[in-house]
Amino acid sequence: MTVMTALAHAPLACEGLSLRLGDREVLQDIDLSVMPGETLGVVGPNGSGKSTLLKLLAGLRTPSSGSVRLLGEALERMPRRRVAQSLALVEQQADTLDAISVYDAVALGRTPWLSALAPFGADDRAIVEQALADADAGHLRRRLWGELSGGERQRVHIARALAQRPQVLLLDEPTNHLDIQHQLSLLRQVQALPVTTLVALHDLNQALTCDRLAVLDQGRLVALGKPEVVLTPERLLGTFGVQAHYLVDPYDGARVLRLCVRS
Amino acid sequence: MSRLLPISAFALFALCLAMLAGIAIGETRISAEVVWQVLANQLWQAGHALDPIDAGIVWNYRLPRTLVAAACGAGLATCGVILQALLRNPLAEPYLLGLSAGASTGAVAVGLFGLGGAVLSLSAGAFIGALAAFALVLVLSRASGSRHDNSQVILAGIAGSQLFNALTAFLITKSATAEQARGILFWLLGNLSGVRWPAVWLALPVALLGLAVCLWHRRALDAFTFGADSAASLGVPVRRTQWLLISCTALVTAVMVSIVGAIGFVGLVIPHALRLLLGPGHSRLLPASALGGALFLIVADILSRTLIAGQVIPVGVVTALIGAPVFALILVSRRGRP
Repeated sequence: MTVMTALAHAPLACEGLSLRLGDREVLQDIDLSVMPGETLGVVGPNGSGKSTLLKLLAGLRTPSSGSVRLLGEALERMPRRRVAQSLALVEQQADTLDAISVYDAVALGRTPWLSALAPFGADDRAIVEQALADADAGHLRRRLWGELSGGERQRVHIARALAQRPQVLLLDEPTNHLDIQHQLSLLRQVQALPVTTLVALHDLNQALTCDRLAVLDQGRLVALGKPEVVLTPERLLGTFGVQAHYLVDPYDGARVLRLCVRS
Repeated sequence: MSRLLPISAFALFALCLAMLAGIAIGETRISAEVVWQVLANQLWQAGHALDPIDAGIVWNYRLPRTLVAAACGAGLATCGVILQALLRNPLAEPYLLGLSAGASTGAVAVGLFGLGGAVLSLSAGAFIGALAAFALVLVLSRASGSRHDNSQVILAGIAGSQLFNALTAFLITKSATAEQARGILFWLLGNLSGVRWPAVWLALPVALLGLAVCLWHRRALDAFTFGADSAASLGVPVRRTQWLLISCTALVTAVMVSIVGAIGFVGLVIPHALRLLLGPGHSRLLPASALGGALFLIVADILSRTLIAGQVIPVGVVTALIGAPVFALILVSRRGRP
């Protein structure tokens, strides 16, 4: 497959994507394509533009230049509803003061599929149930938003995104508030789903489990490829300012990153 | 779903009962039977023999007054629901966008200076003033705001309100006699006294149409639960929806203010009270708030006519006097629940 046909088949791709706020270049000239079914991790230090990139790819912000293609179509020309039928975004901190139940919050994911007169049908209920189960949030369904812990809220957001039945899923640091068990299980669950996923991550050891990684530094894409190729000790020192060693876990032979502050 | 029908039936029954009370109770008490006979005569020529004065009071004064009270209550409560949902601010209410301030300036300009010649009534002046203030707030918030930022709308509304309130105060202190100032103050606090049938034909369709437009967008309103970005990622065209629904509330509010003055509290408290009782889903909250607002304002109007014999208290004073304690009661009784 040539590069051009690969790009045409990528569920989500961007070309020359830039965003300038005032005279600050938040993102500069990002070329990226996510392949069908893969999990692409986006890593980078604070302020490197990870969340902004996700917002641009979801069409929530308009880029200063460049373009995004979703399922082969130019994103800026697609109606919002059709974008939401193909792509779901889980933001870092979406909160509400409303006393909404977990079930109703997840049911919001059906919004792009329901017209004004359509009732919330049996199909929708089944999809919501499945989404609750996939995000391990089924037991929370009757709880109110205000009663949930940070990690539980995160799982409800993910369930809502899954209820959209997207082909492309964007996750902005989804493991931030999760306990260790859910941190480990969540990424595995997401990777097992038949969706193309782009996930911004802080934890570099979690990033190692992605199919490919994109490294952002000060708004630029500085590396893209297999995790072990991309996350070299030199790059970790240059981009993150940390010293890194790979260790091999004697238990299962997995490569583990050990990081420490530059001495 | 199974409970929906009996609850709706009960709510409509309560509304009819309140309207009956609104027509029967007043300086001249009229029995429910006479009210019914007047309505029957007017609606299908039943041919009951009635005192023409009673018939006139019922048909020309109290029925239009009650209908307008219901329409205003429903319209203002609906607008409150919409603005609280779109702006994600619990203090949002129909007058947030500078409408009442603009209306008062318009009404004062017409009332004191006869602006617009004899063509413009006080109501028309209020309507134009309200829309002028809204336009200013809209331009200000657009010029200053980023794409999904609601705080700009709220701040622009505060600035617009302050400006028009100051204008009103300036005009009154500069030109009004004590008697004129009293009249204007009375009008500003809400007044259903002069309401006749033409006002009904304006208020009722506007309230119903506003409710219908909002109900059509109920799912989009639900999608704003987690903010504008979240609504956008759920497929809602955020700007278009905000613009359409905010303009719709502005139009409804401007019509209501121009008919009855700036009745406060209904648009703020009724949506909150019903959200506490029913939850945040708009398919239930919108019709419930419309009904609740209608009931509330009918009852407030009855009280405004009967609390002090021979004197009408501005209905806005009554809405606050009974609304504040009732709301406090609901808040306290829900304490401890999430």
